[in-house]
Amino acid sequence: MAWAGKLLRVNLTKGKCKSEPLNMDWANEYLGQRGLATKYLAEEIDAKVDPLSADNKLIMATGPLTGTSASTGGRYSVITKGELTGAIACSNSGGFFGNEMKNAGWDMIIFEGKSKKPVYLYLQDNNAELIDAGEFWGASCWDTEDGIKAKHGDQFIRVASIGVSGEKGVKYACIINDMDRAAGRSGVGTVMGSKNLKAVAIRGTIGVSVKDSETFASAVSAGKQVLADNPVTGQGLPTYGTQVLMNVINEVGALPTRNHKDVQFEGAHDISGEAMHEPRKSDGKPNLVSNAACFACTIACQRVSSIDRTHYTVVERPEYHKASGGLEYEAAWSLGAATGVNDLDALTFANFLCNEHGIDPITFGATLAAAMEMYETGVIDDKITGGIKLNFGSAEALTTTVELTCKAEGFGAELGLGSKRLCEKYGKPELSMGVKGQEFPAYDGRGIQGIGLAYATSNRGACHLRGYTIASEVLGIPEKTDPLETDGKAGLVKAFQDATAAFDSAGICIFTSFAWTLEDVAPQLDAACDGAWSTERLLEIGERIWNLERQFNLDAGFTGKDDTLPKRLLKDAANSGPAKGKVAGISKMLPEYYELRGWSKHGVPTKETRARFGI
Amino acid sequence: MFGFLKRLFGFADNKQTGSTQTGSSSTSEPKLSLSPSDSEKRGDQIHAEYVIVGAGPAAVCAAETLRKNDAEGTILMLAAEDAPPYSRMAIPYVLTGLISEEGTYLRGDDDSLGKKAISVHHAKAIALDPNSKSLSFEGGGGCSYNKLLIATGASPIKPPVEGLDLPGVHHCWTLADARAIADKAGEGAEIILMGAGFIGCIILEALVSRGAKLTVVEAEDTMVPRMMNTVAGNMIKLWCQNKGITINTSTRVTGVSQGTGQLDVAMDNGTSKSVDLVVVATGVKPNIAFLDGVGIDMDEGILVNDMLETSISDVFAAGDCAQGPDFATNGNSVHAIQPTATDHGHFAALNMVGNKASYQGSLNMNVLDTVGLISTSFGQWQGVEGGENVELIDVDNFRYTYLTFDGDCLVGALTLGRSNNVGVMRGLIQSRIKLGGWKDKLLEDPNRLAEAYIACRQ
Amino acid sequence: MQNSLHINPDSCTGCHQCVLACSDRHGDDFSPIKSRIQIFRFEDEGRYVPYTCTQCEEAWCQKACPTNAISVDGNGALIVSDAQCVGCKVCTIACPFGTINYNADTGKVIKCDLCGGAPACVEACPTDAITFVNSSTTGFDKMRKWAAKTDAGSQPSA
Repeated sequence: MAWAGKLLRVNLTKGKCKSEPLNMDWANEYLGQRGLATKYLAEEIDAKVDPLSADNKLIMATGPLTGTSASTGGRYSVITKGELTGAIACSNSGGFFGNEMKNAGWDMIIFEGKSKKPVYLYLQDNNAELIDAGEFWGASCWDTEDGIKAKHGDQFIRVASIGVSGEKGVKYACIINDMDRAAGRSGVGTVMGSKNLKAVAIRGTIGVSVKDSETFASAVSAGKQVLADNPVTGQGLPTYGTQVLMNVINEVGALPTRNHKDVQFEGAHDISGEAMHEPRKSDGKPNLVSNAACFACTIACQRVSSIDRTHYTVVERPEYHKASGGLEYEAAWSLGAATGVNDLDALTFANFLCNEHGIDPITFGATLAAAMEMYETGVIDDKITGGIKLNFGSAEALTTTVELTCKAEGFGAELGLGSKRLCEKYGKPELSMGVKGQEFPAYDGRGIQGIGLAYATSNRGACHLRGYTIASEVLGIPEKTDPLETDGKAGLVKAFQDATAAFDSAGICIFTSFAWTLEDVAPQLDAACDGAWSTERLLEIGERIWNLERQFNLDAGFTGKDDTLPKRLLKDAANSGPAKGKVAGISKMLPEYYELRGWSKHGVPTKETRARFGI
Repeated sequence: MFGFLKRLFGFADNKQTGSTQTGSSSTSEPKLSLSPSDSEKRGDQIHAEYVIVGAGPAAVCAAETLRKNDAEGTILMLAAEDAPPYSRMAIPYVLTGLISEEGTYLRGDDDSLGKKAISVHHAKAIALDPNSKSLSFEGGGGCSYNKLLIATGASPIKPPVEGLDLPGVHHCWTLADARAIADKAGEGAEIILMGAGFIGCIILEALVSRGAKLTVVEAEDTMVPRMMNTVAGNMIKLWCQNKGITINTSTRVTGVSQGTGQLDVAMDNGTSKSVDLVVVATGVKPNIAFLDGVGIDMDEGILVNDMLETSISDVFAAGDCAQGPDFATNGNSVHAIQPTATDHGHFAALNMVGNKASYQGSLNMNVLDTVGLISTSFGQWQGVEGGENVELIDVDNFRYTYLTFDGDCLVGALTLGRSNNVGVMRGLIQSRIKLGGWKDKLLEDPNRLAEAYIACRQ
Repeated sequence: MQNSLHINPDSCTGCHQCVLACSDRHGDDFSPIKSRIQIFRFEDEGRYVPYTCTQCEEAWCQKACPTNAISVDGNGALIVSDAQCVGCKVCTIACPFGTINYNADTGKVIKCDLCGGAPACVEACPTDAITFVNSSTTGFDKMRKWAAKTDAGSQPSA
């Protein structure tokens, strides 16, 4: 119940697919999706494996609530060893693909080996087939999705695919499903491309059942009510999406600007959620067309946007005159504030392209920002950029380079390395703004101290989605803490990280946690899944997952020394706003964090801790 | 069964007298029974304001529409067969065992027609006299009318092949036929089915489900030639063959003779086969012979205009016997399908009561489930002059979509392997929806029919 | 006046809660393909359209049925009797809206039955894109008019 009870193992080297029962002992300890797939990965691969070798595996996994009516119950995650970071990668995506996998009767798909030629997996309930993808190789994610649907004559097929970026090894290629939903970070699409796997297409008609449908219905109903009544999930997110944050974070003084040189962006309003609502001059219509929901989601934070048809980027390209997935906060920040660009249409265009071709806009924007800083400081010049003037604030630089990067052409191939490799290549490693090879998202660790620690300790490299302390430090959820204070943040970060790991393993969206605690999730899981599922059990599972991911990274060669932030955040104080004069106080928080985690002072889980979680 | 009919219709055992009454025992319903007091007796004739010859779907739909629009006029329905009004389309499902004979009854056995004061009289009309506005019945008696609807349906054609009168050779048309076939078509029975048209294919499914060993003989070179093009017809053929059914297309039965315990069937491909049963499904023809010499305009069927009027005043025709307006060609066609029959019945009735209603014309369409492969056919799938078409073939998965357009309207469609939202093809064609930009999308991916319909409808 | 489903696509976010509720109510599991209400997604326009039966007064599906399996219940819903339906699918081609569909698992057709007067989709919809309101106050007449346009002819003025 809730789990389909089986997984599909796809050996790409041999071109064989086989069904095997889901390891329910592991499911009881790791729940599903992020947790359970990490367990499989950790058991099945050597953590030291080259992420792009045939020995790495890539797992697409749903959670027990995926495919049910639990609000947001349509999620799936991609788990692999990430190419961008070399750490455990786990990228979560919404849309409709996750439900389709579950409805076809599968909890997860494990891809192993490497296909000799490009293929895609076509999974129709119990029928799995690897099909030659020659006709789609070289195509964008959008064309691939449309093409596969047309080829199989079924508009209800759900497709997750990579673009040329993934084929050509851009280090932060995503896997795009449903046109604009992405398993976005850490280069999971790069790993998929290295396996010559172009796409996964699924049609599921079997159905998903739960243990006790009546109890489940009332638990779901109660959960939906909590989301509806909460100001963030009930009003803020539907109206402004995550973009509600742009002006808020700017005011807090934690909006990283121009490669983190500044913490406030003078153009923040121009690229904010509010600006997306404002009518534009050319046709009187706003950028925002509508909001939309992923499968089963009663929040509906997704932005659907259109680009001003008179804008230079699309005036001669009618194919972009349609509506498509619009700017979410992180992308608006990376493409905008990070690069100093305040042209909303240019950002929307760049965002469309990131979706169309499958690259992570956060890492792209942050890498471009680092390149801009190197350009402005003379580290790289026009010869290297191919004549592109990489000045901060240049919309043209943004829209030109995004096209090149999507196809890994010209200077785009360099930007496709990600900021760490790019900055190292030109001798300026300190200009890469990230942790463990992955670039920061849209919050500055100087202005919001807890998130700095969350970044430093995140298992997949810098990430806001591994412990979103912004909820507490800025929004006051579940209670307000001072963003400039380091005291108590170790415990806050740990609590967020553990709870998040449980949310991410259940099949639901982390955005529910603006309104829900695990106490809202537990009754839904308890009614859906065999066994008894309490809040305490979920917390324990969350902590177990965190420790397993940590162990994987340690086995992969990371150490406690990697739990840190770039020198700029540790040494250069914030230059404006409420955090003016502040640096990130990692050293004040990290020892306490290790202790709370039951790790040694070098950041290694102690024997007792490992025993406690059976790792 | 007869006891039940008596109970239901009351008059089954005294129809020679011509007296008739509704069987309703309900007192709460309007009592509009046809009795000597409210129906004028002319000799041994009964009179009703509305007389409907036939008791199939067109007749029943007409009767109910009459009643809905005229609370008081007397309605008399003449059923030639000894059963309550039933649907022939349902007969194959009696053979599959899905339903009993009663399951074919158009209005069940709850006397819903009686409650609506619709009388059903078991008699076969053999002559029409438009001057006296009366009908004569086989075996004597008759009736007169103010308005007449002819809905006599059609009968199977028996091809000129020797031996088709032998016992063990049956059509699959009436409930009596169904009983006879059920008797012989058991598990392992050898059967030859003559004809792989629409009706043949429905019967095919039923015979296979009974476990019979089936050989299909079809004169044309493909299956369902009038419903499907060659590509789709051959995909259906391949599908059937994969299910172990022998299909001989471009083949004719040349003779049937009595062997020892079995029938010997000779075919023009030089082979012969001994079988337990021969089922003949080689087409149908409208039941209009009784109108010869009446002076009513007939072609393939009875010609009717957009008000379902025949060439004789106060005489209407509907259903399989009527050659009515054809939506697609603007001519007249016989479309022997239940949706057309009920549309005919509905519009004929409206005009019979004097509510002028113009019928847009019938759309030729069909749906078939051939041992699990669903096929549909709509409108002018043969295409129109100057029109465009698009074809999507997936032989491996037995999926097929073929659309024909006239300008930016869909005018015809064929599908295999599609069961969701198939009705939108009718909607798109019959509403003459202008597809605009969606036409190009359909030319690119013809499966997006439902989206096109909803998008253009908004 | 009976209540009927009123669908306002402008409020629809495409979340499929209605679809899930429908399949759960009618089949005890979450299976979008078995839902009697569908969501059509027009991604290029950011538009999502819930779509189901309008319970036509002169119902093509009902008239096309050879076994009298489709009847009108006390809530004005056209309902399919599984005992009588033989799965012939004629109703599926007769309905010009395509809102009665064949379910191969059961061998029967399925359509919206208004859940006996308390539609699950309405309860599940988080944005009131689907409501169950007095027919006279809905845009239902508009839909009826559309139905008439699709009809095999013009309806008489009653």
